Amino acid sequence: MSQTYAVVAVTAVVLATVLVGGFGLRISRTTSDFYVASRTVGPGLNAAAISGEYLSAASFLGIAGLVLVQGPDMLWYPVGYTAGYLVLLLFVAAPLRRSGAYTLPDFAEGRLESRAVRRLVSVFVVGAGWLYLVPQLQGAGLTLKILTGAPGWLGPVLVAAVVVLAVAAGGMRSITFVQAFQYWLKLTALLIPVFFLVLAWRGDGAPRPVYDEPAALRHQQTVRFADTLTLRLTDPLPARADGTVDGRRHDGEALTLPPGEHRVEAGTRLALAEATRVPGSAARTEHPLYATYGLIVATFLGTMGLPHVVVRFYTSPGGREARRATVVVLALIGAFYLLPPVYGALGRLYAPELALTGDADAAVLLLPERLVGGPGGDLLGALVAGGAFAAFLSTASGLTMAVAGVLTQDVLPSRGVRHFRLATPLAICVPLIGALLVSGVPVADAVGMAFAVSASSFCPLLVLGIWWRGLTPPGAAAGLLLGGGSALLAVAATVLGAAPPGLLHALLAWPAVWSVPVGFLAMIGVSLATPGRIPAGTNAAMTRFHLPEALARGGGARR
Amino acid sequence: MTLAALLFLGPLLAAAGFLLGRRTARQGRTSDVGTPVEHATFETLHTASLAAPPLRAGLSSEAARKSARGLRSLLGTDALCLTDRDTILTWDGAGEQHHSAHVMDQVRALIDTGRDTAFALSCDDLDCPLRWAVAVPLTVDHRVLGTLVAYAPRESAVLARAAGEVGRWVSVQLELAELDRSRTRLIEAEIKALRAQISPHFIFNSLAAIASFVRTDPERARELLLEFADFTRYSFRRHGDFTTLADELHSIDQYLALVRARFGDRLSVTLQVAPEVLPVALPFLCLQPLVENAVKHGIEGAVTAGRITISALDVGNEAEVVIEDDGAGMDPEELRRILRGDGDPSGGIGLLNVDERLRQVYGDAYGLVIETGIGVGMKVTARIPKYRAGVHS
Repeated sequence: MSQTYAVVAVTAVVLATVLVGGFGLRISRTTSDFYVASRTVGPGLNAAAISGEYLSAASFLGIAGLVLVQGPDMLWYPVGYTAGYLVLLLFVAAPLRRSGAYTLPDFAEGRLESRAVRRLVSVFVVGAGWLYLVPQLQGAGLTLKILTGAPGWLGPVLVAAVVVLAVAAGGMRSITFVQAFQYWLKLTALLIPVFFLVLAWRGDGAPRPVYDEPAALRHQQTVRFADTLTLRLTDPLPARADGTVDGRRHDGEALTLPPGEHRVEAGTRLALAEATRVPGSAARTEHPLYATYGLIVATFLGTMGLPHVVVRFYTSPGGREARRATVVVLALIGAFYLLPPVYGALGRLYAPELALTGDADAAVLLLPERLVGGPGGDLLGALVAGGAFAAFLSTASGLTMAVAGVLTQDVLPSRGVRHFRLATPLAICVPLIGALLVSGVPVADAVGMAFAVSASSFCPLLVLGIWWRGLTPPGAAAGLLLGGGSALLAVAATVLGAAPPGLLHALLAWPAVWSVPVGFLAMIGVSLATPGRIPAGTNAAMTRFHLPEALARGGGARR
Repeated sequence: MTLAALLFLGPLLAAAGFLLGRRTARQGRTSDVGTPVEHATFETLHTASLAAPPLRAGLSSEAARKSARGLRSLLGTDALCLTDRDTILTWDGAGEQHHSAHVMDQVRALIDTGRDTAFALSCDDLDCPLRWAVAVPLTVDHRVLGTLVAYAPRESAVLARAAGEVGRWVSVQLELAELDRSRTRLIEAEIKALRAQISPHFIFNSLAAIASFVRTDPERARELLLEFADFTRYSFRRHGDFTTLADELHSIDQYLALVRARFGDRLSVTLQVAPEVLPVALPFLCLQPLVENAVKHGIEGAVTAGRITISALDVGNEAEVVIEDDGAGMDPEELRRILRGDGDPSGGIGLLNVDERLRQVYGDAYGLVIETGIGVGMKVTARIPKYRAGVHS
């Protein structure tokens, strides 16, 4: 692939983000023709901003990679990512906006009148935010590596640096416009190439991807292993090896790797002949049905607690607008999620060897060059690369701002704006270190873990806080600690590889199925046991959450 | 993998260390080196300081419950009871079931006279440790608000003396609570006063300016009258102490339209507003006085044209509102006097009032920041948190 195009595209996206964010499309008028109140952020703009911030590396790269490797079962991911907003729309959007809360800790404090619960929620917000940031940064590393051959650490460092600079430059002043712009950029970056790809596919005779047997290579391919890794094969693999496999040196001779585990050293190249069947990696888990349910629970219920999503609802002028924006978000991300599966299916046909090296997430980036080729393919590839970087930047900056906000307000001593700017590097440094140290978890899976933590801690808090008068501060704390805490530990155990394979591994890797009920039950049970601690302002808060703003304000005349 | 383990253990350890550090730091205050007597003194002062904060909310059952344990360990008794004038607020320690029924009868005389009383207790339960009690009044302004009853196994002059002292200490805390409440009431009254304080001059001037357009430009006169009506309706509204930044800016917009009707081209205004912060809730009429001040300093009395810039920025958890004029400015010393409350009252009562209300609502970190000097204009910056418990538009 021509690196120049891709580098230019990535640079353009980075520059646009920094410039638009820093100097911005601020409203700047003289008063004569200007009604401020009518200039609030409308549902359409806000929805594009929410979608722009939400569509992360997992959506842009991860889904296609999973479909490539695992097949259409993985379509539960885009379904879950979208359906989360349906739950949000039904139960949370309008009341959360009417509560006036800017962050989840704000909501907890306003509803439960307890500083202790507020602090606890802050810890979970920071934890979930960091968990979510790690795969974004890793995705950036992967993208840069594929595009330019840069070392894997460069992408994460670049994204982190851009985010810190943009925030320091002006606190991302017109962040709503930036994020809305990023949504349309991402949609365009996937939509335009898809036309050409589908045309090329039809020109090729419209072959159908097969999922029940290993995918066959359509052309000869050479797979280069940039890192030392262990191949797990379920079928024999004939190849020409140039490098070190299983401790033996090969210089281009043909060999057949038998099923089982093989250690391939960094720098090794495997040349695979045309029509070679690329064995799929073993099934993701021995309990696919359970894993699917775990995924569904986590994504359906986890979306409402994502720190960068919650923050955006504050921008809506009122509850009704928040609800409208959510409906538009459903439409926008629903449209977007039609595209990645197409890339996944085409990747299965034209780039199946990516599954071998664990780089399946790169399918989206490689397909334009593979299918279209020539300068046209390079241009389309550059467009996709730009879109991918937009995905990392928008999600990473949204999350970093949200985490930095919580750090400033609840963790660091209060000194105002200067501290907000100081908190930003801290907010992104920890996940940056994480992204550099931990590797090997697919991007979409890592994001799924953040969803699981969010679903087991914030979902019970929000749903019960909004819909149940009986919630007490001790109940909320117990639910957060038991539900969210156990999910966090399970996820940590999985990432560290501490879980033995088998049922236990499935339970720990997809904790939402059990940890969400635990969270709810703990909150309800402890709240029922401490009826004396129901906050005094519960009824007032409920009134504010559920009545339209004009009524709740005492029926006063309001423009 | 070890690196990964470190990565996850690191934050956990840091959090644990932070908590441990705070815990030991707190203990360090009480278990300092020193003689046993000093040690006991520190211990006592520490217990007292822990019991004080809940009482600052006034004598409620919640406050009583939170402070009772501290008060009991301060007195070293087996049981302690706090009452208001009618009921028992809390009982801490043993014997609640035997004795609580009689407490209100036993302290009835004390509530009427306000004098310490001690009384022996009879109890059917032979193991009951409570045989004697001393009751002291809790008074604010010589009025008995409630009583504190301390129980002991036998008569004790020391306990009687100590209970009296603790009773007086609690009374002081309650008086402070009363002081807090009256300060809040005072500020509420000030807000109300400010509301009525839309300057009469402004009303005369606006009406005169509108009148000058009635013949020459009736359409403009009608628009201005409507602006005037809207502006006064907003400024005189009665409900709610808080509004949104959008509504406040809208009102400022109308105010400026009226001011411009008077000054014409001599005043130019630029607004820069990040739409993200328009829904922020803030105290009612807390920006309008700042703009009025800018107009006053910026152009009134000046010959050349004045320029006012109003900007609202989105800065993380806060909105930053900056109001800047290029007028006559002010001597910083004089400004300092005004903000202390002992300057020339005509100069900037608005600034002082806004500053006090912002501090009252958001805390001292959120007072106005004013940059000025003679002849260089004035720049007033207000930071407004996007969320604060109890602040709802």
